[in-house]
Amino acid sequence: MHEWALAQAVIYTAIEHQKKEKFKGITELKIKMGELQQIDREIFKFALKEIAQFKKMMRMKIKIETEKALLQCRVCGHRWGFSDFTEKLDKDKAEFIHFIPDVAHIYLRCPECGSPDFEIVKGRGVWINSIEGVK
Amino acid sequence: MDPRLNIVEERLKEIKRLIAISGGKGGVGKSSVASTLALTLSKLGYKVGLLDLDFWGPSAHIILGIEGVFPKEEKGIIPPEIYGIKFISIIYYAGDEPSPLRGVDISNAIIELLTITRWGQLDFLIVDMPPGIGDATLDVIRLMKKVEFLIVTTQSKVTLETVKKVLGMLKELKLPILGIIENMKITNSSFVKDQLKIFDVPFLGEIDFDKNLEDSTGDMDKLLKTNFAQALKKIILKIPEFNLDLTI
Repeated sequence: MHEWALAQAVIYTAIEHQKKEKFKGITELKIKMGELQQIDREIFKFALKEIAQFKKMMRMKIKIETEKALLQCRVCGHRWGFSDFTEKLDKDKAEFIHFIPDVAHIYLRCPECGSPDFEIVKGRGVWINSIEGVK
Repeated sequence: MDPRLNIVEERLKEIKRLIAISGGKGGVGKSSVASTLALTLSKLGYKVGLLDLDFWGPSAHIILGIEGVFPKEEKGIIPPEIYGIKFISIIYYAGDEPSPLRGVDISNAIIELLTITRWGQLDFLIVDMPPGIGDATLDVIRLMKKVEFLIVTTQSKVTLETVKKVLGMLKELKLPILGIIENMKITNSSFVKDQLKIFDVPFLGEIDFDKNLEDSTGDMDKLLKTNFAQALKKIILKIPEFNLDLTI
């Protein structure tokens, strides 16, 4: 359940933002969850709510969207999605990418030219899109 | 915004001292110094962690013979403890496969590891750095606010010129440098010591080239008995910069 560690990072960032912006409270948190990291949405949401409650941020609405992963080969320019590969990827390798998404370079190859030199254009991991609050 | 950057300090807050073993070139013995330092401090009774940040060529696990372990998943990851050392490396997730990672991927992987690893209370976290002043060094400087650098060099003029660059950058940024260790010494020349005087950094000591060190690879008991490990232990015990409390 390392989703908890990422949820904690999100809430800590929201608290820092609240201090910086001098908000009385945070009303809405919009989070993007990259497909590559294969976060368990329910566990992540549960952890966010638990930590938010502990930090007395009960009124905050949490919106989570999943962003499809897009990978682009630096050698031949081919673009492909992570979901094109998930069925071929064995469980252990998928689990390693879940912990450290960047090890995708170790286990995935460009389907066109076979290169490991690709860019994770989008959909890598957890990202905060916006934090709204009241002053 | 990247939420991970705000949690790293929290993850490291129960660590008293963070020591990055650095140097300009590969093959000067950074990993041997980092691994043996972690082992020696652990044997002295300290709570020690070892973080291998050399993602292109991780080797601390080979030196210490660490295999068949994996971090426990519990609200993050808990490093496995081997010989009293809490150990984290990319090898858990990369295995023996090559890691064709560019700088941005290295940086992301380092931040991810620092975000999810729960070290708990430690007296020392030893960080085995890759060669040079690349992404890993810049991320350690950016994210590990308490870091102190321990520089490893050899007598080689080629190595020395790169070490000068590393020292120059660390001095410019006013970062704490614990000192310099001259490793694999094969002559009595004071060339290295003399050359590095201008940096006004403590010269901690010299370790003679130990031709038996290779035979200890993968065996922690053998490693501790080598001349290399004995010499390193002498250095850390006598040098005030380590400020060891030997009464624990």
